[in-house]
Amino acid sequence: MARKNRPTAEIPNGSMADIAFLLLIFFLVTTTIANDKGIAMLLPPKPDPNQPPPEVTKNDRNIFKILANSQDRLLVEDEPLNDVFELREMVKSFILNFGSPGEEGVLIYNSLPASMKAFSSSVRRSDYSDDPTEAVVSFKADRGTSYELYVQVLDQVNAAYNDVYGERVGLSASEFLQLDRDDPIQDKKYQAARQGIPRAISIAEPNKIVK
Amino acid sequence: MAKFGKKSSTSQDIPTAALPDIIFMLLFFFMVTTVLRETDILVKQKLPKAAQLSKLERKSLVSYIYIGEPKQSSVFGKEPKIQVNDVFVEVDEIIQFVNQEKDKLNEAERDQITMSLKVDVESKMGIVSDVQQELREANARKILYSSVQSVDI
Repeated sequence: MARKNRPTAEIPNGSMADIAFLLLIFFLVTTTIANDKGIAMLLPPKPDPNQPPPEVTKNDRNIFKILANSQDRLLVEDEPLNDVFELREMVKSFILNFGSPGEEGVLIYNSLPASMKAFSSSVRRSDYSDDPTEAVVSFKADRGTSYELYVQVLDQVNAAYNDVYGERVGLSASEFLQLDRDDPIQDKKYQAARQGIPRAISIAEPNKIVK
Repeated sequence: MAKFGKKSSTSQDIPTAALPDIIFMLLFFFMVTTVLRETDILVKQKLPKAAQLSKLERKSLVSYIYIGEPKQSSVFGKEPKIQVNDVFVEVDEIIQFVNQEKDKLNEAERDQITMSLKVDVESKMGIVSDVQQELREANARKILYSSVQSVDI
């Protein structure tokens, strides 16, 4: 009968995939995967105007001094350094020096794995730190220092600390960084690695230009 | 020889009926993960490379400060400038910005605010340390030098 000639009420869906593809490509192109990674730092609290700036009471050998000038040249422990990547080893041997460890220092030394003890005694110097609890890395940049160098130096110093932390629990520096502190087992490892050795990085204020 | 002439009886068509569904799944994935950028960045942003990076844990606690040479150097000059939200600010306006950002958070979380410094590699430390001094004043002490992962040696 006449019913048979009626056109079908279906929407053609053959090109559905093409339409979806178009949308897909649009979102693929517009997506920017946010990178929220970086070197974390904690700034010191603001100075109290009523109090004079604290005197440095630390022994000179417990401070590892890094200076950068406006020409991007480095002065490390009063000697010029050309290659910023050497800092990692230098800082590491500075932290693990155990020149004349205190009570806490001896405890930390005894808790270290054998490879780190061997490393410590092979590089021991009289002008490096007494023990890790005392060691401070001080970094002072000039106002004219490039931000690139600043980040590189911070990266190297952090790398040295992460090396130390990681090695204590048998991890590499990058594996140590990836420890997930929400997981109790990994958090325990993290605590064990950090125990007793503070990440003491001091960023000095650049010199003010006197007007 | 006759072996090769034999015609296989299996059909060689890949079934494409489920193709739109697969594509839709991909589409939804990208639609959900896409974050539309809220601010227009007006300064050059070539981030430095570093190896020892840590991830930000809570995005809601993060505010961004962009520093670099303005993209429109004919209008704004070549000196590095500080940008927050959509506008350039001077150094002494940063405390105000930090307080605004803190007001958006819960009272308990205000001290945990993290400032992500997105600084162009061409910038000098002078402007960065000025910003840091202001952040100390504003008591926003957790900062992050945003950088790109470089290959670890």
